[in-house]
Amino acid sequence: MRAAAAGRGLLWGLAVAVPLAFLGVFFAWPVVIMVARGFVVDGALDLSGFADVFSRPRTWRIVGLTLAQAGTATLVSVVLGVPGAYVLHRRTFPGRAAVRALVTVPFVLPTVVVGVAFRSLLVDGGPLGFLRLDGTFTAIVAALVFFNYAVVVRSVGGLWERLDPRAEQAARALGATPWRAFRTVTLPALTPAIASAASLVFLFSATAFGTVLVLGGLRFGTVETEIWVQTTQFLDLRAAAVLSVVQLVVVAAALLVAGRTRSRRERALTLSEPVATVRPLALRRPHGTPPGDGHALALGAAALTAGVVVLLALPLVNLVARSLRTPDGWGLDHYAALAAPADTLGVTPLEAAVTSVRVAVDATLIALVVGGLVALVVSRRPRRAVGRRAVAGLDALFMLPLGVSAVTVGFGFLLSLHQPFGLDVDLRTSPVLVPVAQAVVAVPLVVRTVLPVLRAVDPRLREAAATLGAAPGRVLATVDLPLAVRSLGLAVGFAFAASLGEFGATSFLVRPDRPTLPVVVFRLIGRPGEASYGTALAASVLLAVLTAGIVAACERLRAGSPGGDW
Amino acid sequence: MASLSRRTAPALAPLAALTLALAGCSAIGGGEAAPTSSGDPARTTVTLVTHDSFGLSDGLIETFEQQTGMTVEIVQPGDAGALVNQLVLTKDAPLGDLVFGIDNTFASRAVEEGVVESFTPDVPAAEDAAQYAVEGSDALTAIDFGDVCLNVDHAWFTEHGVAEPATLDDLTRPEYKDLLVVPSAVTSSPGLAFLLATVGAKGEDGWEAYWQALVANGVKVSEGWSDAYYTDFSGGGGDGPRPVVLSYASSPPFTVPEGGEEPTTGALLDTCFRQVEYAGVLTGAANPEGARQLLTFLLSDEVQADIPTSMYMYPVSSAVDLPEEWARWAPLAQEPFEVAPADVDAHREEWLATWSEIVAG
Repeated sequence: MRAAAAGRGLLWGLAVAVPLAFLGVFFAWPVVIMVARGFVVDGALDLSGFADVFSRPRTWRIVGLTLAQAGTATLVSVVLGVPGAYVLHRRTFPGRAAVRALVTVPFVLPTVVVGVAFRSLLVDGGPLGFLRLDGTFTAIVAALVFFNYAVVVRSVGGLWERLDPRAEQAARALGATPWRAFRTVTLPALTPAIASAASLVFLFSATAFGTVLVLGGLRFGTVETEIWVQTTQFLDLRAAAVLSVVQLVVVAAALLVAGRTRSRRERALTLSEPVATVRPLALRRPHGTPPGDGHALALGAAALTAGVVVLLALPLVNLVARSLRTPDGWGLDHYAALAAPADTLGVTPLEAAVTSVRVAVDATLIALVVGGLVALVVSRRPRRAVGRRAVAGLDALFMLPLGVSAVTVGFGFLLSLHQPFGLDVDLRTSPVLVPVAQAVVAVPLVVRTVLPVLRAVDPRLREAAATLGAAPGRVLATVDLPLAVRSLGLAVGFAFAASLGEFGATSFLVRPDRPTLPVVVFRLIGRPGEASYGTALAASVLLAVLTAGIVAACERLRAGSPGGDW
Repeated sequence: MASLSRRTAPALAPLAALTLALAGCSAIGGGEAAPTSSGDPARTTVTLVTHDSFGLSDGLIETFEQQTGMTVEIVQPGDAGALVNQLVLTKDAPLGDLVFGIDNTFASRAVEEGVVESFTPDVPAAEDAAQYAVEGSDALTAIDFGDVCLNVDHAWFTEHGVAEPATLDDLTRPEYKDLLVVPSAVTSSPGLAFLLATVGAKGEDGWEAYWQALVANGVKVSEGWSDAYYTDFSGGGGDGPRPVVLSYASSPPFTVPEGGEEPTTGALLDTCFRQVEYAGVLTGAANPEGARQLLTFLLSDEVQADIPTSMYMYPVSSAVDLPEEWARWAPLAQEPFEVAPADVDAHREEWLATWSEIVAG
């Protein structure tokens, strides 16, 4: 008995230690070193930077703008995303899989490309130029919603499609209107997923960098863009360190609020197979059903979602259209150029696409192992309060990589990974670092996908297995794994897609001599000549198609299984 | 047990297949080229640290490798500004042996921080390079240069019956209201170069008033060069609304239409700032000798002749010929505006802060 307990302890110890070590070496340590650089002057701690930075009116304006941009974008994403989740996950219609894949594409497009796609729509004389939105707050919020709509649709939709419909049916039977039943029964049940999605959207928006720079010009900025300017342009590490702390506080507060909202609602759910809840979407009221059955509500949601999808598609269509435009009319010239060696790049865009896929494979494998272990640990509900708090803390800890500046992490790598721990390897220039950096970003996505499923596992199942004599490893293998594996398809898809499109961290690493596709896009776009610009756009379309394809394939993998948190 | 495995098998099988298939094309696992020759890797490899825009035509680096028996590794950790700051941060453990791409707006910082060490290459082009030397130091060697100038879209001006502007002052006149777009000085290095052009033209006391006039006349500030050129500029292929953009003196040849004779755009040579790009041996390099050889190679006729087509800059060497279109359509400014590197280094932050205030309002 005692040996079994010790074995169990060792196992859980490992499950906690491996992810912590990973996060420690590749995230926390570099960030701490980088921030410390800003606070330690000549060997002594110097916190005067706080007073200095906070006395600048610009700092307050930037903090205010960050909160306003991220807050508004989160609100709009949720308001649009919840009906979207209903239509895309609770209803079926022809082409649903394609629409689902389409709304995911923006999430992984490199920001340089989104900037082009958006700005050429909004610029004076552009297709939407009459709206006079170029360089406005509205344009930034629109772009942030463009990126994050899929996050809400997936988080909320994943839960919604397996929500037991009987509670709502009971409310309706007792005379509640469809709207009232939704408000009092369904919405509260969805709250954990909505809170979870909102916190992700807020994190992504508050740390948005390229989009805000391209669309906002100088008038708008985030703490993230300010850290970038202070670090890369001014080398004012003190100001950057203060701002990093500010960012960390904002992010931690957001996570705390989301965590509270989530856990308060999390338990009282009865889940069922999606097959039982998903119904076809019909434009006409099904024959024989009375008015007031919620058909109008469903149609309203469908109309809204159709509108949103059209708006999401506009920049994408614009991108494709521009990639097809050649000096002599329309043609596939830029696509042909993808296979041609763009002489000084050293690789063709197609080769870069292969590199991207290979790097993404490694990043995904790392993220799955680390994220899977975290999800496993965090899914436990220890009896003691201390244990519960530790578990919640661990959960929040692994969300932080989404909320800390890529510049801080990137520069931190430079400072911390030269012969780490006295080992004679220079990790800074090692090709291993690229997938590792991407995995750091993908881990939170894996956790958020797998965790809800593991949490939904009835602990009594595990207890029963243990009582019947199964060793802890066996319990995991026979109870948790089979259930979790069904959400892995989705996790693989997202980790893979996020890694394919990842640019922020990758661009700071010193080893892109075998560049990934987003890096090639960035380099091509910075060269003179319409040909390289066109090739950059074609390469972006290739990236989008690759991403959509992979997400769609992973949707198939998990067909019929409960989705995750997002 | 049985029921569980029946349920999971369909989910597991494709997943396992996928994992296997993917593992086959892993990057970590997939044969990373290990140094083939024996001996001290520090001596057989020379690592070049450079910015995003570096590139040479196929075969040139290989030529160097064959001549010297060394392998060249290239690392590119970001744009020109970020590059210098990263080198400063990693001074105690340099990222490589040679740096290329420090420009004259950051040169002083690199020299003062001791990032590069003294070296003068022994080739004919070194004499040409010397005229761009950073005052008081021989740690940086000029390799190429270019002029950052306003460009105009000829077609737009013809079509609208407006005379093209020629000077910086023209841009503040009412007939050019809302016609100019420039990249931000904070986020883009040509943008910073243009700010310096105005400092050079109007003096440290006059440039602020000039920018206020530009803002009053509707200047548009975009994030980066590509954003300004391809989205806002009317002559960049994106059909933007503005016919005057900040770009390079070397941009017009790229707008010669296929089958056409003349470029559709032109550079305003009285509005230019000269950017010089330097190379230097990194202090504490593992292979300083290799770095010196590679630097000398960058001044060789082969590389110098390749620079216009591969990096869109002008070679410092007077011995090589420019491509024909460049000779015809990309003349350099006779008297570009200048600001001493030491002045730039001393005032960069202050100027950028003031500039941001003026432009952001």
